[in-house]
Amino acid sequence: MAYTQKVLDHFESPKNVGTLDKNASNVGTGMVGAPECGDVMKLQVEVDEATGIIKDAKFKTFGCGSAIASSSLATEMVKGKTLDQALQIKNTDIVKELSLPPIKIHCSVLAEDAIKAAVNDYLAKRKGSK
Amino acid sequence: MKKAKFPIYLDSHATTAVDPEVFRTMAPYFTEVFGNAASRNHEFGWTAEAAVEKGRGQIARLIGASDKEIIFTSGATESNNLAIMGAAEMLRSRGNHIITSTVEHKAVLDTCHYLETKGFEITFLPVDKTGRVDPDSVRKAIKPQTILVSLMMANNEVGTINPIAEIGKICKEYGVLFHTDGAQAIGKIPVDVEKMGIDLLSISAHKMYGPKGVGALYVRRKNPRVRLAPQIHGGGHERGMRSGTLNVPGIVGFGKAAEVAAATMETETKRVSALRDRLWAGLQAELDEIYLNGHPTERLYNNLNVSFAFVEGESLMMGMKELAVSSGSACTSASLEPSYVLRAIGVGEDLAHTSIRFGLGRFTTEEEIDYAIQKVCETVKKLRDLSPLYEMAKEGVDLKSIQWAAH
Repeated sequence: MAYTQKVLDHFESPKNVGTLDKNASNVGTGMVGAPECGDVMKLQVEVDEATGIIKDAKFKTFGCGSAIASSSLATEMVKGKTLDQALQIKNTDIVKELSLPPIKIHCSVLAEDAIKAAVNDYLAKRKGSK
Repeated sequence: MKKAKFPIYLDSHATTAVDPEVFRTMAPYFTEVFGNAASRNHEFGWTAEAAVEKGRGQIARLIGASDKEIIFTSGATESNNLAIMGAAEMLRSRGNHIITSTVEHKAVLDTCHYLETKGFEITFLPVDKTGRVDPDSVRKAIKPQTILVSLMMANNEVGTINPIAEIGKICKEYGVLFHTDGAQAIGKIPVDVEKMGIDLLSISAHKMYGPKGVGALYVRRKNPRVRLAPQIHGGGHERGMRSGTLNVPGIVGFGKAAEVAAATMETETKRVSALRDRLWAGLQAELDEIYLNGHPTERLYNNLNVSFAFVEGESLMMGMKELAVSSGSACTSASLEPSYVLRAIGVGEDLAHTSIRFGLGRFTTEEEIDYAIQKVCETVKKLRDLSPLYEMAKEGVDLKSIQWAAH
C-alpha cells in the first residue's frame, strides 16, 4: 500500500509524542482501541483553566502508520482550541487532511474518539473537584 | 560495513529471484527453441520435448521420484487443486472424507472448503504451539470413508516442518492417499517420496529460484498407482491429467533450478541457517519482549518469524522500508484479520499484530543481515517510545487486566 506524503511526514516525525501527568487536575486522558484489534491510542490534553483553552496535547499510539499519523495530527488540531471546539473535530477532517484511503478510515474514527475521551475525562475531573 | 543494496529482500517465502544460471538456461527457449513439445512431426517439437523431458528428470531426481511421475502445472496452487479435487472426484465412490489442517495454505484450505459444498466432509486438524501436526491425531481422524490426507511439508508463515515420514507411514497403514504441499520445502530440505510415503506432492518453481508460472505435481505410479480426475481438459497432455501446451522455457528453468537446489542444498543449509541464527541472536541481544513463532529447530533454515510485543507490524514495516519483509498484522491483509496461522498456533491476537516474517535466501549476505538487525532494533525502539502499551507494561500494568473497548 502506498502512503500519502502527509501520512509519511507524521509517521516519520510525529508531533507531540509523550505523556502528561494524568493525575494533574488540568490534564484529561483518553485511551481508546484494543491491542487485539491492532490499535490503541492514548491522547492527553492540558487545559489552561483560566481560559478553557487546550494549551498542550500529547499522544502515544500502538497501531499502523495511519493510526500514528491520525493521532499525531489530532494533537496538532486540538492545541489552541477551546474544549467545545475540540469536541467539534470530526474524523472526516482527519481523513481529508491525511487523504486516508477507505481501509484506514477507522484510524481517523479512533483519533476522534481519543479526543472526545480526553476532553470528557478532563470535564469529569473538573466536575468531580467542584 | 559494506554498503548493502536497498531495499534488502527478506521475503523469500513469497517468491525468489530467478537464479542467473537458471535464467541463462531458459533464455534460448523463448526465441530460438520455441517449438511446441506436443508437435510430434518436426524438429522444433522434438527439441522442445527433449528439453521438457530433461526438466522432468531433474525435478524427479530432487524428490526421489521417477520421471513419469512428474506432472507439470502452472504452479503449486494448481498442483494443490489438482491433487485434492482430482483425488476427491476419482475416489468419490469409495468415500467422502478428507483430512487436512488449520494452518494449510489457502490453495488447500479454500479447495477443501469448496469440496465441503459438494458433499465432502473435511477434518481440519489442529496443530501444536509450534505449528506441527501430531501424527497420532491423523491416525485418530482416519475413518472408513477417508480417501485423502493433505498436510503441508513446511508452513509458509512460521516455517515449521511437519513429521511427514511418520504421517506417510500412517496413511500407508490405512491405505489412504497422502498429499503434501511442498511449495516452501522443496529445494530446501531433503525429500524422498519413497522413504516418506508420499503419494502426491505439490512443487512450485518460483519459490526455489526458478520462474513464476510453472509448478509440478508428483503423482505416484506404483504402490499404489494414483489416478486423478483431470481438472483442465483439452488434449490429454501429461498422462491425461493436465491438458494444455507445456510451458517449455518455464520447465527448462524449473529443471535447472531443481538441479542447482540439489547441488547446493547442503552448503546453503549451513550458510543461510547461520545467517538466520545471527539475525535472531542480534535481535535478542538488543530487544526485550520479542518472541519466536514456530518451532525452535524443526523449521525451514531460511525462516524467522518474530513477534515484537507492543509494536504493530505494519507500522514496523513502514518504519524500516529498506527491508522487504512480511507481517501477520491485520493491517497488511485484505481481510483486516490477523494471521490465521499465528492464531492457530496459539499466538494471542495482540501478539499476532506485532509479528514479522523474515525469509532469507540464496542471495542474502551477512552485510544485509547486520544492517537488518540494526534497522529492526532501531525501529522497534522508536515505535516502542511511541507505544502506550510499552509504557504501561514498563510501569508494571498487566495489559490483560484492562477492559479494552473492542472496535
